[in-house]
Amino acid sequence: MKIAPVAAAASLALISLFSQRTARSQAEAPLFDAIVGVLQSPRCMNCHPSGDAPLQTDASRPHKQNIQRAFVDLGGSCQTCHQDAEMPGDHMPPGALHWNLPPPTMAFQGKTPAALCADLQDETKNGGRSLDALVHHVSTDPLVLWGFDPGPNRTPPPMTHAAFVALMTDWVAEGAPCPN
Amino acid sequence: MIITVNGIPRTLEVSPQMPLLWVLRDVLELTGTKFGCGVAQCGACTVHLDNQAVRSCVVPASAAEGKSVTTIEGIGTPEAPHPMQAAWIAGNVPQCGYCQSGQIMSACALLNRRATPTDAEIDVAMSGNICRCGTYPRIREAIHVAAGGR
Repeated sequence: MKIAPVAAAASLALISLFSQRTARSQAEAPLFDAIVGVLQSPRCMNCHPSGDAPLQTDASRPHKQNIQRAFVDLGGSCQTCHQDAEMPGDHMPPGALHWNLPPPTMAFQGKTPAALCADLQDETKNGGRSLDALVHHVSTDPLVLWGFDPGPNRTPPPMTHAAFVALMTDWVAEGAPCPN
Repeated sequence: MIITVNGIPRTLEVSPQMPLLWVLRDVLELTGTKFGCGVAQCGACTVHLDNQAVRSCVVPASAAEGKSVTTIEGIGTPEAPHPMQAAWIAGNVPQCGYCQSGQIMSACALLNRRATPTDAEIDVAMSGNICRCGTYPRIREAIHVAAGGR
């Protein structure tokens, strides 16, 4: 995976953050603040929208062709256009295994860090995932992996995948503190 | 590889990366499925892959291996058209006609999931199929007719 200079700098900053870790109040929750920066980056948030339409591009605009959540119940699916891998050529739809739109309870868009933090660990909203399962999800899910290596013309999240997994692991190890 | 097309298993010696659309049109000479944009933006190439609507221009042949593909030629004949095709003819839906096989395949996929769709459901289901002639009102009406709602 290519590491953009900005992402590399962010990773180094996080490593520094980890090494300087001290007891902090929940009100600060610096680890989650860094996590928010990833979750609400276009590559993650575009498929975790608050509305009924997936989002597209670094501008996070609604999906062209008026694609809505209901499309999957009306004879179509994300796989109508998004395959297991991107076909060669310009302007092809991006692809990864089981391309799909999570339910509205898993929305990242428009939430405060505190609300997002609470929802992320609420098993009634996060697909029944424990905190360890969340770390597993961000470590291995093909769509998450695609988000960190999204191909040309798509800005990746502001750190490497390895740094993000380390960040999530550390956050969970600290008891998943949330900002106020 | 073997791909079942319109109920017939076809043994194909093609690149796994060849778009399914080329397999259908160039190899099997099933030219009812049209090339529009080549990047899944217009819907003209829509076929069914295991009963799911897909844009065949962006589906690699390898993704169809061992699966069942249905094209516009597989749903009906001039003598015995599919109810959707019959409704299309009765309503004089096509203008230039180029996008219509893709439109019909998406419409059939819709009725497989919703026997009597609402206008709103039709609009969502068909929004990925573009018609430059603007036949959308007749398309919606024909879907209602095929569903028995008109």
